[in-house]
Amino acid sequence: MAKEIVISVKDLTKKFGSFTAVDHLTLQVRRGEIFGFLGANGAGKTTAMRMLCGLSFPTSGSGTVAGYDILRQAEEIKRHIGYMSQKFSLYENLTVWENLNLFATIYGMSAKSIREKTDAAFKTLGMENMRNVPVKEIPLGWKQKLAFTAATLHSPDVVFLDEPTGGVDPSTRRKFWEMIYRASSEGMTVFVTTHYLDEAEYCNRISIMVDGRIKALDSPEGLKRQYLAGTMDEVFRIVAKDAKRGD
Amino acid sequence: MKNAIDIQGLTKRYGKLVALDHVSLSISEGSLFGLIGPDGAGKTTLYQILTTLLSPDEGSATVMGLDVVKDYRKLRTEIGYMPEKFSLYPDLTVDENLHFFASLFGVNVKDNFDLIAPIFDQLQKFPNRRAGALSGGMKQKLALGCALIHRPKVLLLDEPTTGVDAVSRSEFWGMLATLREKGITILVSTSYMDEAERCERIALINKGRILDVDTPGRLIEGLDKNLYNASSKDMYPLLETLRTLPDVKDCYTFGATLHVVTNDDFNPDDAICKLRQEGLEDARIWPAKGNIEDLFIKLAKDDG
Amino acid sequence: MSIFQSLIRKEVLHLLRDFRTITVVLVMPVVLLLLFGFAISTEVNNIKVVAVVEQHTDETKQIIDRFRNNSYFTFEGIVPYHEVESILRKGRADAAIVFRTEDGKLSHQIIVDASNTNLALTSTTYLESVICSATGIPVVTNTLYNPQLKSAYNFVPGIMGMIFILICAMMTSVSIVSEKETGTMNLLLVSPVRPWTIIFGKLVPYFLLSCIILILVLVLSYTVLGLPFSFSVINVIWVTILYVILALALGLLISTIASTQVSALLVSGVMFMIPVVLLSGMIFPVENMPLALQWLSCIIPARWYISAMRVLMVQQLPIGYVLTEILVLSGMTLAVLVLAIKKFNAKK
Repeated sequence: MAKEIVISVKDLTKKFGSFTAVDHLTLQVRRGEIFGFLGANGAGKTTAMRMLCGLSFPTSGSGTVAGYDILRQAEEIKRHIGYMSQKFSLYENLTVWENLNLFATIYGMSAKSIREKTDAAFKTLGMENMRNVPVKEIPLGWKQKLAFTAATLHSPDVVFLDEPTGGVDPSTRRKFWEMIYRASSEGMTVFVTTHYLDEAEYCNRISIMVDGRIKALDSPEGLKRQYLAGTMDEVFRIVAKDAKRGD
Repeated sequence: MKNAIDIQGLTKRYGKLVALDHVSLSISEGSLFGLIGPDGAGKTTLYQILTTLLSPDEGSATVMGLDVVKDYRKLRTEIGYMPEKFSLYPDLTVDENLHFFASLFGVNVKDNFDLIAPIFDQLQKFPNRRAGALSGGMKQKLALGCALIHRPKVLLLDEPTTGVDAVSRSEFWGMLATLREKGITILVSTSYMDEAERCERIALINKGRILDVDTPGRLIEGLDKNLYNASSKDMYPLLETLRTLPDVKDCYTFGATLHVVTNDDFNPDDAICKLRQEGLEDARIWPAKGNIEDLFIKLAKDDG
Repeated sequence: MSIFQSLIRKEVLHLLRDFRTITVVLVMPVVLLLLFGFAISTEVNNIKVVAVVEQHTDETKQIIDRFRNNSYFTFEGIVPYHEVESILRKGRADAAIVFRTEDGKLSHQIIVDASNTNLALTSTTYLESVICSATGIPVVTNTLYNPQLKSAYNFVPGIMGMIFILICAMMTSVSIVSEKETGTMNLLLVSPVRPWTIIFGKLVPYFLLSCIILILVLVLSYTVLGLPFSFSVINVIWVTILYVILALALGLLISTIASTQVSALLVSGVMFMIPVVLLSGMIFPVENMPLALQWLSCIIPARWYISAMRVLMVQQLPIGYVLTEILVLSGMTLAVLVLAIKKFNAKK
């Protein structure tokens, strides 16, 4: 695996008035890594992720994502990342293919490469017969895969997944992680937030955020060793125990 | 022991779609019963019939001996329902929500305070906060408080912990255990397998049919046979390669490792050899302990 | 506290907390009334007039003096005939009067800038009446009920017809549908509360809100807008209450059809707002519509209400003159209520 650093931020801070949502966030993520970004409700995950995606401007601190400065090159960053949220932002009334085509066009892909990529994607997903079905008619599990495909069709350097498996049952989640493994094996960096701690085990490294700060950062085994815990669930409970915010 | 919930041949169709297909289920009084199944398995439909929001097409169901169709008015006072989605008034405060739901059942918040006291201890910190401004975990606790306010005999919880962080989930299950000790029957659905193991008995449901009902321990018995862990630095190639091996029936991601379901002829050492040939130098295979999730995958697969 | 009281208290809290909506709901009627009453008026003032006089006589002088002294006109002077067109085109005048004397008899021609048809028609009428009264050919026009042709008189019933449909139908349907969306409706339904109580718990608060707005509208109409006050106001209130109940029932009906707040808004907007504005006679008189549209307008409650309000508020006739309207509105209310409650109770 190449050791190239894809995300590198230092002391990233975001304040809303007197409230510090993200407090001196410092982390580095390598190419092809699956990085789990965990935290209790209200710990500041979403705010941090928005800054990394170039959607929100940090109050202080600096960093690069996909080689672009988050302070000065937000537009470039957006072009080189993929983003998928909990809500599977697909257009329900458009067909599967129309959705993919739309997102690919937004990212400036040529008609030829869109055709090639979508054909390949339909094949690997086994969705060839669903091409012209409106998205609202396909099951949730498929929607999720489709949303991931839409977010990665333009081969971004990093794909940000904001609770991609929220409210989805285990067997569907499992298949989804298979897609993430594939993306990672193709050299895509995957930055993912989740509530499901069993899912944290899928990641190469994870960070746990508490009250705007990263309280723990290591591989799942490393964390379990460090906190003398059997499961990630226990690790999380120990780390997040003192959380003041959120509740 | 008496049954709190009795379901006989319950069927519900939406046009062509069969949401519930002759479901029969008995839940004894005072138990913590789990309903485990993927999205679209029919869990919510079952809840809506038990809460008298829907009428079944065929079959019958009783809650505390009351028929869901005939005695629906009386039944409504006996149950506490917490729907899948947060369903309180976001613009009303914690206190206002509690008092409102209390008044719907004609009770005072104080009447059954002992029941909600553990929940209320935490909510008390901000009685005047709007429900919409609470964190996910707190919303869940408030919703539970509102469902308990009239001291129901049966609690019907539809995926109460979806989207809630691990610490809050764990607290929530602690509360359920306390409630059960007070004699309340709880039917809870979940898609978290670790939660399934905290139930006394569980029913696995898929495509509107009950696949199996038993204690979690007995359900996973015998599952360890022909179940292996596999791991490597390069997980995706490992997954792809394992699936091509002849004796492998199924292979799926399972957290830090892959789970491999095999037939009796499978030999781990041979498999490792083959994987090494494919360039997966660090591949390892060792026996795995099955859990509810493995069972579920197996049943869902057999079910087609 | 009884269940019903607590349902109402909850609804009042919703309203009070939703500061923006309640402001809009209370301010909108006031703004609409003042706008239509003052700013948007069909009366014509300050018509700029020039005159072309071939031969000055006492008669022409007399007429021109009348224009000079009339507050509706501004006399811009006497100009040569060939300049008239350019003056009108440049907008220096709205109308020109050409006086010719043939065989000692005065004849006149009026040239009007008709780029605004309404303005042109009204000014022509005004001009005619001034000239005629001067030339001694008397035309007696007697406008009853609204002698100054104040447009406020015309608009107040229309605005009331619109406001109550908007507030009652739209707000009730949106508030019921929003409970469906958040899922709280299910919680209410699984509690021992009867569906009737839930429905009335929704309708009563909006009914009370409508009453407050009715008082606001009436006070404004009779004071600021100067509608003639009489005891027929009691009848106005009765008929309005009937109309409000009809609108509430319509809101309830929409809420049983729509599943999201947006669709509830759209349905009430498309089904009520547009027809009310276009077909109820609020702006375009029903009598001037093609027959098909006249028929269509019959199913629009606002048409009946507005026509009743014109009779009661402007003409101030006794209630006996609007019996048809009252009957139609009552019939509609009954039908819609029955339909709405039937749909609301329908179990899936």
